[in-house]
Amino acid sequence: MIKLPGLTGRIVVAGASMGGLRAAEQLRAAGWLGSITVVGEEPHLPYNRPPLSKEVLAGRAPFESLAFALRDSVADVEWRLGTRVTGADLDDRWVELERVDAEGTEGAGERLAFDGLVVATGMRPRRLRCPGPTVGRHTVRTLADAEGLRTELLRPGVRVVVVGAGFIGCEVAATAVALGAAEVTVVDPEPLPMLRPLGEVTARELLRRHRERGVRFALGTGVTAFTGDERVTGVLLGDGTELPADVVVESVGSVANTEWLAGNVLDLSDGVLTDEQLRVGGLPHVVAVGDVARFPNPRYDNVPRRVEHWCIPGDTAKHAARTLVSHLVGETAGPAPFAPLPTFWSDQHDFRLQSFGAPVLGTGDVRVLDGDTSGDVVMGYHRDGRLVGVVALGGRAAAGAAVRYRAELLRQPALTAS
Amino acid sequence: MKVVVDMNKCQDHGQCVFAAPDVFSFDDAGRLAYVSEPDEALRAEVEEAADVCPLQAIRIEA
Repeated sequence: MIKLPGLTGRIVVAGASMGGLRAAEQLRAAGWLGSITVVGEEPHLPYNRPPLSKEVLAGRAPFESLAFALRDSVADVEWRLGTRVTGADLDDRWVELERVDAEGTEGAGERLAFDGLVVATGMRPRRLRCPGPTVGRHTVRTLADAEGLRTELLRPGVRVVVVGAGFIGCEVAATAVALGAAEVTVVDPEPLPMLRPLGEVTARELLRRHRERGVRFALGTGVTAFTGDERVTGVLLGDGTELPADVVVESVGSVANTEWLAGNVLDLSDGVLTDEQLRVGGLPHVVAVGDVARFPNPRYDNVPRRVEHWCIPGDTAKHAARTLVSHLVGETAGPAPFAPLPTFWSDQHDFRLQSFGAPVLGTGDVRVLDGDTSGDVVMGYHRDGRLVGVVALGGRAAAGAAVRYRAELLRQPALTAS
Repeated sequence: MKVVVDMNKCQDHGQCVFAAPDVFSFDDAGRLAYVSEPDEALRAEVEEAADVCPLQAIRIEA
């Protein structure tokens, strides 16, 4: 009997955010004609998260404006929303599901068989484990998070402490100032905001711009406890000071949602390790996409890393779908290794930070390529004398200038080849 | 194929220009310009452009 490849069978996509959606679309684009089931814990169809720390907090973006448009090609995809994946056996090819609703959970232990699996369960915010009350402490990852935080930020005279001076923390601080919060203070053990990804020169300039626009900073110290009885009234710092706080935002990194993969002999030490084709555990029928995937990038040093940029779900989905479908339909040649040019942006106050390449690999040698540091500027990040990343800071002119260097980054041979 | 960009949403990220340079470009003032009825042969790159728009401001109608 001739088996028509790709016509039958089921691919399960675990995770219904942007990575899950893009995976479903790209499975169809790669020729998969069998069924696709996407399982997601949130009650919503996939939506765009970057506005959560900005436009949604500021009240300028209703949910309808965040929902991704669904292509015709995914019209027959089965969406199992409000459903969590709790376990999997990758050899026997099933996942275990549990319904999640307001009252708790039900229907635990339902098994769903698959022929191929896409791991797209993403990340959740890391929480601070300090003594003190939990009421009044927020994270920003989901729509519900952002809506809950917005309500609190609108209280008159509100004093806000943001723990963590990374991109999300700095975006939230900027939005809180714009909403009219009485005090906004960002706390971080590092001496400068966004220091690790951007290096000292850029971080110092970002600190200056934030301060100029009304954000306060408590740097070089961490949080040791929260004060207050029922709800937070203050934040106790390692240097002994106490910051009064009506609202606390925790933006201290994230944790991979991979517990459900335990017991499958995988490297889950930081997300899920994949090869350069985004295959998981050497299995041809399991791939990972989005920020949960820890993949090597032969464009750089081949060290597997998770990448929490907005573009990554789309980039990984396109590649992983080809990998998976070519295996399931019996093609021998998969796609060429995955080697994306990373790119990210961050909107803070009235300026944008636009990055191309991997500035994090070149923070030891940062040069001004264009403009001047206090205005519209393009910074070049170098490793062993060669350009590995550019960061534009400022308005449209800066971003436009950075685009010229993007082409140069694309032309560079792989670091691993030099 | 008909392409519509919601210019109220567009924030000039330029990802569409990288994905579909035959359809999207920046004018001399740095504002997005685009071909509103591109050739059907460009569908794949226009879909890619719509996918990678950070503001999801690009719609493909028919």
